[in-house]
Amino acid sequence: MGFIKYIGLGLFIIALSIFTLSLGLDHYQLTAENISADTDYHREAILEAAKGNGMLDKEYATNFAFIADFKKTLLSAQETLDRQAQANIPEGVDEWNFRLGEWKFKDYTLLTTKHSSTGPVADHPFLFWLLTIGLGILGGLLFILPDLQNIPGIKNNRIYHHTMTRGLKLGWRGVFLVTVIVGLLSYGVFYMGKSLFYPALTLLVVGLITGLVFFYERSINNTPARSAGPENWTAWLGIFTGIYLIGFYLLLYWAPEYITSWIVLSDPLSYLLNGGEASRWFVYGMLYTVIVLTMGLRMLVKYRHNMYQVVRTTSVMFFQTAFAFLIPEILIRLNQPYFDFKNIWPLDYDFFFKNELNILIDNGGIGIFMLVWGILLIIVGVPLFTYFFGKRWYCSWVCGCGGLAETLGDPYRQLSDKSLRAWKFERWIIHGVLVFAVVMTILVLYTYFTGSYTVLGFNSDTVRTWYGFIIGSAFAGVVGTGFYPLMGNRVWCRFGCPLAAYLGLVQRFKSRFRITTNGGQCISCGNCSTYCEMGIDVRHYAQRGQDVVRSSCVGCGICAAVCPRGVLRLENSSEDVDSRTEQIRTIMISEDEVRLLS
Amino acid sequence: MHIAIIGNGIAGVTAARFIRKLSNHDITLISTETEYFFSRTALMYVYMGHMRFVDTQPYEPWFWKKNRINLKQAFIDKIDAPNKQLKTRNGETITYDKLIIACGSKSNKFGWPGQDLEGVRGLYSYQDLEYMEAHSEGLKRAIIVGGGLIGIEMAEMFHSRHIPVTFLVRENSYWSMVLPTEESNIVNRHIREHGFDLKLETELKEIVDDGNGRAVAVVTNKGERIECGYVGLTAGVSPNIGFLEGSGIETKRGILVDQNLQTNIPDVYAIGDCAELRNPPAGRRPIEAVWYVGRMMGETVAHNVCGQKVDYAPGFWFNSAKFLDIEYQVYGDVQAKAPEHHKSLYWEHPDGKKSIRMVYDKNNDQILGFNLMGVRYRHEVCDKWLKEKASIETVLQNLGLANFDPEFYDEYENAVVALYNQQSGKNLQLKQKRGLTAALRFLRDKIAL
Ligand SMILES: Cc1cc2nc3c(=O)[nH]c(=O)nc-3n(C[C@H](O)[C@H](O)[C@H](O)COP(=O)(O)OP(=O)(O)OC[C@H]3O[C@@H](n4cnc5c(N)ncnc54)[C@H](O)[C@@H]3O)c2cc1C
Ligand code: SF4
Ligand code: SF4
Repeated sequence: MGFIKYIGLGLFIIALSIFTLSLGLDHYQLTAENISADTDYHREAILEAAKGNGMLDKEYATNFAFIADFKKTLLSAQETLDRQAQANIPEGVDEWNFRLGEWKFKDYTLLTTKHSSTGPVADHPFLFWLLTIGLGILGGLLFILPDLQNIPGIKNNRIYHHTMTRGLKLGWRGVFLVTVIVGLLSYGVFYMGKSLFYPALTLLVVGLITGLVFFYERSINNTPARSAGPENWTAWLGIFTGIYLIGFYLLLYWAPEYITSWIVLSDPLSYLLNGGEASRWFVYGMLYTVIVLTMGLRMLVKYRHNMYQVVRTTSVMFFQTAFAFLIPEILIRLNQPYFDFKNIWPLDYDFFFKNELNILIDNGGIGIFMLVWGILLIIVGVPLFTYFFGKRWYCSWVCGCGGLAETLGDPYRQLSDKSLRAWKFERWIIHGVLVFAVVMTILVLYTYFTGSYTVLGFNSDTVRTWYGFIIGSAFAGVVGTGFYPLMGNRVWCRFGCPLAAYLGLVQRFKSRFRITTNGGQCISCGNCSTYCEMGIDVRHYAQRGQDVVRSSCVGCGICAAVCPRGVLRLENSSEDVDSRTEQIRTIMISEDEVRLLS
Repeated sequence: MHIAIIGNGIAGVTAARFIRKLSNHDITLISTETEYFFSRTALMYVYMGHMRFVDTQPYEPWFWKKNRINLKQAFIDKIDAPNKQLKTRNGETITYDKLIIACGSKSNKFGWPGQDLEGVRGLYSYQDLEYMEAHSEGLKRAIIVGGGLIGIEMAEMFHSRHIPVTFLVRENSYWSMVLPTEESNIVNRHIREHGFDLKLETELKEIVDDGNGRAVAVVTNKGERIECGYVGLTAGVSPNIGFLEGSGIETKRGILVDQNLQTNIPDVYAIGDCAELRNPPAGRRPIEAVWYVGRMMGETVAHNVCGQKVDYAPGFWFNSAKFLDIEYQVYGDVQAKAPEHHKSLYWEHPDGKKSIRMVYDKNNDQILGFNLMGVRYRHEVCDKWLKEKASIETVLQNLGLANFDPEFYDEYENAVVALYNQQSGKNLQLKQKRGLTAALRFLRDKIAL
C-alpha cells in the first residue's frame, strides 16, 4: 500500500511541476485580433502604437519580454489618445473615458497577454488541464485512499517529525511575517498611486497594537515565552510550501498577466460552466474547489470513525462546490448577477459597494432577493444561528475560508500559537479589522446615498481601495493562506476575519454553545491544545473542569476527537446561556480553582 | 513560612498552586527531572511525534515567576527532619518550615538476569523517553514486558515508528487483573489487529547479553528466545522512596500518611504516587498511582499545610485510558473478579470494539459502577448516580443523561435497555435521550428521576 501512496505522491509532484512550468511554455505574439480593449478607439490606438514600435506580429519567447513591450505600447497609445483628446473627442464619449487611464492597463495587459499566447498550452488547454489539475487529483487520490486500510482512529503519528508539518521556531516565524508585512506595505505605497499615507497609517496601527499587547497588557513580562521549535529549518518542505502559496497569491492578485497559462488551461471548463472564457477568479475558484474536495476526502478518510467530522467535512465540501463555485457560474450563464449565497458581510466586504449594489438593484426581482437575502443573513442569520449552534455553523460548516482551512490546512493545525500573548494579539487585531470594515462600509454607504466622497477628510473610495488591498487580499490571501505551514491553518480566521469577530462576539456573550469538560478525567496531556487550530489553550480549561467558552472557537471538534480520555464534548443548551463560564464540573477540585489563575 | 516541595509532578505542582492561592508563603518546587512541570501521561505522544515536548507542559514558562513559585532543579539526597533541612546532591542545604514529598514512582524491576543491560529500560521519566529515542534508530524489534497501561503505550510508541513489537503478558489476557474478561478480550483482539506479537501467559526469564553489555534477546519462561534490540520493562511502578532511608520518615511500600496526608513526622507530608494511606477510604487502595490522585492529594495537602484541616476524600474511583484506538473509562467499583453480590449488565457492540458494562448489587439493585470501552460517559452524572445509590433501573431509564459521545455518533442506550429487558423479562423504556439540557437539570437537582 505504501507503494501506491508513493506513486500518488509522484504523480502529484509531476502535476505540480507541469502546472508551474506551464507558465513558461507558451510564446506570445500580438496580432490585430487579440488586442483586448473595452472600446474601439482604445483598440485602434493600441494597434497603431504596436505597429509604430514594431511589436505587432513579433514573436516573444517569454511573457516577461512581451509584457514589458506591451506596457510601452500602452504608454504610447495613452500619449496618442491624450493628444487626440485635446483636438477632438468622438460624439457622446466623455473625455475621462476617452483617455487611456492607467487603471485600464492591468486588464488590457492581462487579457491581451492571454489572447496572444500560442504554443502547447494555448493549443491544447484541455490536455494541460488533465496533466495539471487532473493528474494532481489522481495523485492526491492515490495518496489518500490507501489510508482506508489503516485501522480507524486518531493518526497523527510523526506530524512533528515531518519536514512538511513540523513548523519552525517563533523567531523565524517572526522574520517571515515581518518580511511579508513590510513587503506588502511597500507594494501598498505603489498600489495607492505612490501615496505613503495609508501604508504608514497601517504601520502605525501595527505598532500601536504591538505596544498595547506588550506594555499595556504587560505581555512583555511573560518571559520566557514558550519556545515553539524546532530551532532549525528542518521544516524545509513546509517553508517551501508557504513560499509557493505566498507567491501564488502575489501573482494572482497583483501580477495576473504572468499566469495567463493557468487561465488558458481553465478555458474549456469555464465555457462548459458559464459559457464564457475563464478569468483569473475562475481559475482561483476552480483550484479552490478542487483542493477542498480532494483534501476534504483526505479528512473524511482520516476521521472516518468520527461522525461529527464526517458530517462537518461533507458540509464544507458541499458549500464550496455548490454555493461558492457552481451556482455563481450558472447564474452568469443565465445572465444573472454573480452571487455567492453563503458569503456574508463583512467577510464579503464589497457587498455594499456601489457597483455591487447597482448590479443587484438593476437586476430586478432576483437581484432584490439577493440583496435582501444578504442583509437578512447579516442581521438575522448570524445572531440567530450563532445563538443556537455557536459560530461553528458558519466557520467550520459553511464558510469557504474555513473550508480550505479544514481541508488543505488540516495537516498544519498544530502550528497555531497557543501562548497568552498570541491570544492578546488576536483580540486586538481581529476586532481592529472589524472596526475598519464597519467604518469603511459606512463611508462607502455615505457616498452611495449622498454622492459625496469626502467624509471627515477621508475619501471613501481610497479607504475602500486600501481595505481591499490590505485586508481583502494581503491579509486574507497572502498571509491567511500562505502562512498555513508557518503559523497554522487559521491565521486569517483567527486574527483577521471581521465576520469571525462578529460571530465570536455573539458566541461569547449569547449562545447556547460551549465545549463541556468531563468532570475530572483530564490528564493535562495537551493533545487538545496542540491540535486546536485557533490556538485556544483548551487544556487550560479542561484540567480545571471549566467549560470552554471562547469567541474564537470555530467548533471544529478536533480537540474532542484527539482527546485520549474522552474529556471534551461540543454541546448546546439554553439551560445556562449566561453562566456557561461559571460551570465547574470537576468533582474533586474546589470552586476556588477556577479563579486561581488567569 | 517556607514550604519546600520535592517533586514537580502533578501532585507537587497542584500543591504549590493551591498553597499560592491560599497563602503568601514562600514556595520552592524541587525536582531533578526537568526544569518545568510536564504531563507524564503525554510522554508517548512526544515519541510518536503528535506533540513537541514543550506542548506537554501545561503552563507557560513565565507562569512560575508570576505566581512566585521558585523552581529548583536539584536532586535531594537526604532529608534532615529534626533540623528541617534538605541536602542536595551538590551539597547545598535547603531549610524549610514545612515539607511536602511528592517524589512519584519508579519502574519495577524484579531482579531479572540482564535487567541492567544497555537497551533495557522502563518508561517513567523524561530521561527514559530520551533513552528510548536514542535507541530507536535501526531497531529491529522491541520487547515489552508486562501487560499494563504503560506497556501498551510503549508498544504503540514503537509501532508508530514501524518497529515490530513483541508483548509479553504474564496473565492469560491483557490487564486481566483489572479488566473483566470481555473487556480484556476486546483489547487482546485489538492488539493483535494492530499486528503486535502478543504472547499471553508468558514471563520474562532472562535478558541475553551480546557480550558488550547490550541486550540482544530475551528468553521467556517457556524457553523461547526472541531476538530484539530493546526491552521495555513495564511491569508496574512502585514509590520512588530510596532517598528517604534513614530520615526517620516511616515507610512501608510508600510513605505512610494519615488522612491529612501527614507523615509520622509533623510538618512533613507526602502526596501522589509515593504516598501510602494508613487508612484508605472505603473502596480505595492505599497506593493509587494515577494522575487524578496526585491532583486531589495536592489540593488537599495545600489546605492542610495552610492550616485548614481537610481530610483526603477522593470520592468514587474513576479512571480512563486508551488502548491504541479504543478509549476506556471507568466510574465506581468494577472488578475483574467480581465479588459474589456484584452483578453486571454487559453490552457489546457487534463491531467488537465498544462495550458498556454496568455493575450493580444483586441484592438491592443499587448501581455500583460503569465500565466503558469506546464509549464516553459523563463523569458527573455517573458520580451522582453512585452517590445517590440509584437503582440500575433508574439508571437505565435515564441512561441518555450519561452519554458523552460526540454529536452524530450512534446512541446505544436503547440497545442496553433492550438487553436488560431481555435478561430480566421486564419492559423498561428509555426516558431520557442524550442532551446537555437534561443532564444539567439533573445535576442541578431540577429533575427528579
Ligand atoms: C507513560 C506513563 C503514562 C501514564 N498515563 C497515565 C494515565 O493515562 N492516567 C493516569 O491517571 N495516570 C497515568 N500515569 C501515571 C501518572 O503519570 C502518575 O500517577 C503521576 O504522574 C504521578 O504524579 P506525582 O506528582 O505523584 O509524581 P511524578 O510525576 O513522578 O513526579 C515526581 C517528581 O519528583 C522527582 N523526584 C523524585 N525524587 C526526587 C528527589 N530525591 N529529588 C528531587 N526530585 C525528585 C522526580 O524526578 C519527578 O520529577 C502514567 C505514567 C506514565 C509513566
Ligand atoms: S477549541 Fe476545539 S472545537 Fe474549538 S476551534 Fe479549538 S479545536 Fe476546534
Ligand atoms: S482535555 Fe483531553 S486532550 Fe486535553 S489535556 Fe485533557 S486529556 Fe488531554
